Amino acid sequence: MAKVDLNRVSMPKQEPEVRAGNFNEVALGYNAEQALYEANRCIQCPKKLCVGGCPVDVDIPDFINAIREGDMPEAVRILKGKNSLPGICGRVCPQETQCEEVCSLGKKGAPIAVGRLERYVADWELAQGQMEKPQIAKATGKRVAVIGSGPAGLTAAADLAKIGHQVTLFEALHVAGGVLMYGIPEFRLPKHIVQTEVDYVKSLGVDLRLDFVVGKTVTIDEILKDSYNAVFMGTGAGLPMFLNIPGENFNGIYSANEFLTRTNLMKAYLFPEYDTPIKRGRRVMVVGGGNVAMDSARCALRLGADEVYIVYRRSEVELPARREEVENAQEEGIIFKFLTNPKRFIGDDQGWVVGAECYEMELGEPDDSGRRRPITKEGSEFMLDVDTVVIALGTTPNPLVPTTTKGLDVTKRGTVVADEKEGKTTKPGVWAGGDVVTGAATVISAMGAGKRAAASIDEYLGQQGG
Amino acid sequence: MYKIMSRETLVPNNHLFKIEAPAVARKACAGQFVVIMIDDKGERIPLTIADWDREEGSITIVFMEVGVTTRKLAQLKTGDSIANFIGPLGEPSHIEKFGTVVCVGGGVGVAPIFPIARALKEAGNKIISIIGTRSKDLLFWEDRVREVSDSLTVTTDDGSYGRKALVTEPLKELLEGAEKIDRVVAIGPAIMMKFCAKTTEPFAVPTTVSLNPIMVDGTGMCGCCRVEVGGETKFTCVDGPEFDGHLVDWDLLFARQRIYIDEEKHAMECACGEVASHG
Repeated sequence: MAKVDLNRVSMPKQEPEVRAGNFNEVALGYNAEQALYEANRCIQCPKKLCVGGCPVDVDIPDFINAIREGDMPEAVRILKGKNSLPGICGRVCPQETQCEEVCSLGKKGAPIAVGRLERYVADWELAQGQMEKPQIAKATGKRVAVIGSGPAGLTAAADLAKIGHQVTLFEALHVAGGVLMYGIPEFRLPKHIVQTEVDYVKSLGVDLRLDFVVGKTVTIDEILKDSYNAVFMGTGAGLPMFLNIPGENFNGIYSANEFLTRTNLMKAYLFPEYDTPIKRGRRVMVVGGGNVAMDSARCALRLGADEVYIVYRRSEVELPARREEVENAQEEGIIFKFLTNPKRFIGDDQGWVVGAECYEMELGEPDDSGRRRPITKEGSEFMLDVDTVVIALGTTPNPLVPTTTKGLDVTKRGTVVADEKEGKTTKPGVWAGGDVVTGAATVISAMGAGKRAAASIDEYLGQQGG
Repeated sequence: MYKIMSRETLVPNNHLFKIEAPAVARKACAGQFVVIMIDDKGERIPLTIADWDREEGSITIVFMEVGVTTRKLAQLKTGDSIANFIGPLGEPSHIEKFGTVVCVGGGVGVAPIFPIARALKEAGNKIISIIGTRSKDLLFWEDRVREVSDSLTVTTDDGSYGRKALVTEPLKELLEGAEKIDRVVAIGPAIMMKFCAKTTEPFAVPTTVSLNPIMVDGTGMCGCCRVEVGGETKFTCVDGPEFDGHLVDWDLLFARQRIYIDEEKHAMECACGEVASHG
């Protein structure tokens, strides 16, 4: 057997100076030759540690083997057997902390690029122009309502539909996909990929109801009364956090949710062809260090900003964003200001933000999160001239559903109480999973929760009898 | 898609649409609003609910042509559809028996004040209504408001109909009069609501206003509609839209309503250009 190449095939990308001026996808994807070469690096080790590293248990060595054998339809079948959203996961999963982190090859060299191969398989199927529909079990006659069509809801809906339950998927916005549509930008996750995978879930028989705000248009209690046997809540963490410092309501200061929703969901970057406007700032400051902060900064750049700062109160090593996204942002010219935290915003006489007074920070002892606690350096204040600010501090669950549902317990942080294994809430017949339970996390962990809850709901419905 | 069951131009630039939306109609209450989107390139805009018919499954909205979206909406005909219609959103009006309530409606705000006055009337309150517009040709629903009011004063800025006054003048006279006023509800342009609140403040009469900032989702997700009430930041879409008028930071509201004034102008010019080139 030939010696294994310890380097992975690198991902072709748009050049930084080119992509900073457009919203097209940054990573271009492997071609057939690159995919085959990368697949051939897999040593097909018997331990299959990668499968254990995947929150939805994708049979990773098997689908990679199918690529090697040139049997792409089989690769699709294996992948979609466990994961209904491979085009999405191949792009936005943090594989480096999951399947790829535990890859046997990682001990000696670069782990197999599982995510890139997953994307290759999904994109191959999309290019064929038609999707193979999996076998759907005989109808059970049971009805399940899934609330929220983000990653958790789509996964739960797909799994429940495949085993023969009648699923209605309620979505508050005018399109399905949740954070995949409103949050993650086009250049990282093209919206036609999301809609293709939503269409796949619909093709399994899932009835999608848009414009339905559960908690307002209808309540969970009404849904349960209305002949549904079970409810899965995948309503996400949609409520933006602010800094709560003076001047935060000046014009030009956005929550990341608003900035990204206008840009991605409403396509404000195509204004006035699309009707939703956005302020195209020249000097933009993004507060926060997660993926959402990176996405906001890179959107601001593409909207035409001259300078975009990411202001983060800890140092580079504590950045919660994926390494790949930080590198992409740095390559594109985003300026990182570490150990910096805004004290207050300054506005002009018309109410527009013109600057941020910031503190320098230093790191103290580790806090509850295990990261070193940022401490304000007194007297270190300095001014940063900006005309746009995006607050990307994270999100908490929207209280609309919990507050209108009797008997559903929530924590002090506003998350819904549900057991981690199955997603059962304190209310009989109601499951929950994804960000609404964990607080803002990843697409794949939400999908894992949706999958586990679907299995638990199926078991519950089986016990109920016909 | 949501069908336009009927439409009517009430007065120049102000239109009434009855939209088929049974799920929204089932739940609608006075004081709530809907978010609409005309087509898949459209903007999401909030409109206050003016009336509903649960049996028919319809919601009535009344809007004024102010920007690209409302102008496009105004061009639609009975039988046409709009892409999205979401609601009912926001908290319903607080309805209970207060005693004597003054309901003030200004301009297009006459429409949303109507169901609130009706609900307050049904709850056993005495309703004194004041509705005002710039001139006679902009006045609508005088009859409907009169029907649910114990008394009604109509004002116009130019004196072309009713009393020549701003709505705050009869409001002030009522507050100074012998009758005890237990509550005031004012809906209209932000500037009118501000001055209604300023008028009632010295009399310490609780005054509810319905705020109308820019929104996107309308469900608490974006924070575009944040306002300051009593020094605290609130999201109008989920915490409101009704707030204590004495505690609202009006200057902040005015400033935030103007965020996209340049973009709106640009969009209007583009939209007009399109009409010209097609016409």
